[in-house]
Amino acid sequence: MATTTQAQPILSALPPASGRAGFGGTLASEFTKIRSVRSTYWTLLVLLVVSVGIGAAITGGTAASWSHMAPSDRASFDPTQASVAGLFYLGQLVIVVFGAMTLTAEYSTGMIRTSLTAMPRRTVVYAAKATIFAIVALVVTFVAAFISFFLGQLLLSSTHDTATLSQPNVLRAVVGSALYVTLCGLFAFAVGAIVRHTAGTITAVIGVLFVVPILAHLLPQSWYQDVDRWLPDAAGRALSVTVGPPPGHLFSAWNQFAVFAVYTAVLLVVGAVLFLKRDA
Amino acid sequence: MIEVRGLVKQYGAKIAVNDLSFDVEPGHVTGFLGPNGAGKTTTMRLILGLDYPDAGTSLIHGKRYAGLAYPMREVGALIDAKAVHGGRSAYNHLLCLAQTNNLPKRRVGEVLELVGLTDVARKRTRGFSLGMSQRLGIAGTLLGDPAVLMFDEPVNGLDPEGILWIRNLMKALAAEGRTVFVSSHLMSEMENTADHLIVIGRGSLLADCTMEEFIARSSGQTVRVRTPQPDLLAKAVSEAIPDAKRAGVATAATAGAATAGAATARPTATTEADGSLTVHGLTAAQVGDLAFDHGVRLHELTVVRASLEAAFMELTADSVEYRAGEGPAEQPAPVSEGAI
Repeated sequence: MATTTQAQPILSALPPASGRAGFGGTLASEFTKIRSVRSTYWTLLVLLVVSVGIGAAITGGTAASWSHMAPSDRASFDPTQASVAGLFYLGQLVIVVFGAMTLTAEYSTGMIRTSLTAMPRRTVVYAAKATIFAIVALVVTFVAAFISFFLGQLLLSSTHDTATLSQPNVLRAVVGSALYVTLCGLFAFAVGAIVRHTAGTITAVIGVLFVVPILAHLLPQSWYQDVDRWLPDAAGRALSVTVGPPPGHLFSAWNQFAVFAVYTAVLLVVGAVLFLKRDA
Repeated sequence: MIEVRGLVKQYGAKIAVNDLSFDVEPGHVTGFLGPNGAGKTTTMRLILGLDYPDAGTSLIHGKRYAGLAYPMREVGALIDAKAVHGGRSAYNHLLCLAQTNNLPKRRVGEVLELVGLTDVARKRTRGFSLGMSQRLGIAGTLLGDPAVLMFDEPVNGLDPEGILWIRNLMKALAAEGRTVFVSSHLMSEMENTADHLIVIGRGSLLADCTMEEFIARSSGQTVRVRTPQPDLLAKAVSEAIPDAKRAGVATAATAGAATAGAATARPTATTEADGSLTVHGLTAAQVGDLAFDHGVRLHELTVVRASLEAAFMELTADSVEYRAGEGPAEQPAPVSEGAI
């Protein structure tokens, strides 16, 4: 039976406080949060398996059918883009889910109320969350990109049409794919801050990244070319090309990336303002 | 010390908190009472800055909650015990809270031991009962050794042993000089715990007083009399002048029209099954004087104190937000039965 003797017998004294609770502690807290739930590991494992697996399937399949391929197809084959295609087409989907959930899961579980009680300075919480997500996403997408690239070149070795990082644009394509996918995740994080609902966020982001480009293709060609360079996903398509001339209607690779980065930055700011202003 | 001044919060057309002002003082347990939907949780959310008020301020140690240097070192607040990520272990849940305020890791193990969750520290909280979740939430509030503690309905889901445990914990925390502010919709829970009461109904303050005052001001107080001449006394009582001093239950009650009406009604005496008389509307002294004046012999004269539950029901009768059925607007204060 619990009695009064149980109250407060074992708490040690706290060290004296100086300064105020800020970004550092909250960053550590957000890292604890992200590493202490299984869904993080599952999601990131799926990202790696899908990215590397699809890349391997494309490169391996190409190597197997290389002898039957038309010379024109061989000439236009892009060994770098093929090896990282899994990452920037399907890894993108996984990171969107991961990025969306980073904030929306706090709302669906109610944890946000506990989090904001522990750290009521909301800008700090928002920035720490975005930072930890970005770091984790960068690490995983870089790992996925380089594993995909090297495994893909290994599988393509029989074709003698392989890429090395020192060739023009190859490093840009590998690094750019990782950066692009990370940016997709941050884009989803920001939409999550605005929508505050997991399913709604994922639907909206998939719509913008996958469905809008398909719809854009239905436009008359000249309109499409004007519109396409303003679509977020054009960044991925521009960055990953290493063989042949880049798509003429797009900006240069990094400028195309900048377009997407600006969209994401704007959404991150809108998300931050709403996170700050709305009742939790 | 919590200071709430003129707090107003509206959700759409519904006013959840209406010009609420009160202080919560250190050194005792302050019960925050009101029927379901009275605005207790909203008030606590406003104090913590989870929601923004439409008007008014709430300060803790003279500062807004978000302005506190280390919020968890000054305030431990538990609003919703289920507001956790079910996939995270109890230990990691508390660790991520502690880290935001740069609190040492060892405190996590200590508070887990204090609330009796050491054995399940590494278990994911998804499998926790509501009682275990409450204990985890309370552990979180104690991480920063705060001078102010706020609990919203903390005994929900606790078994009798757990309820006793938290009562003792709250009393012990208050005895150490801390400010303990605890909400409940059940007066019976507060009866043995709280020293001070803040009662709200429909977002407005109904009473802000000590527990003693609250009982004393209640009109539910009755006097039990045994006499060999009950008819004589009953007649004398029914002809007596009602006590003006006792009119009006709580001075703070603005919405207490029904209770005020009841208090100014003529005194009544009811014959009980065991032959005793139950007198409403007069004090024991007045009944004694009345008996003396009329030459009635008394064998027993007892003050029957209103239970806190009865006083609370009476006070909040008008402001109950959700009521079953189409019952009468007036809630009885059942000290004795059939008083007509």
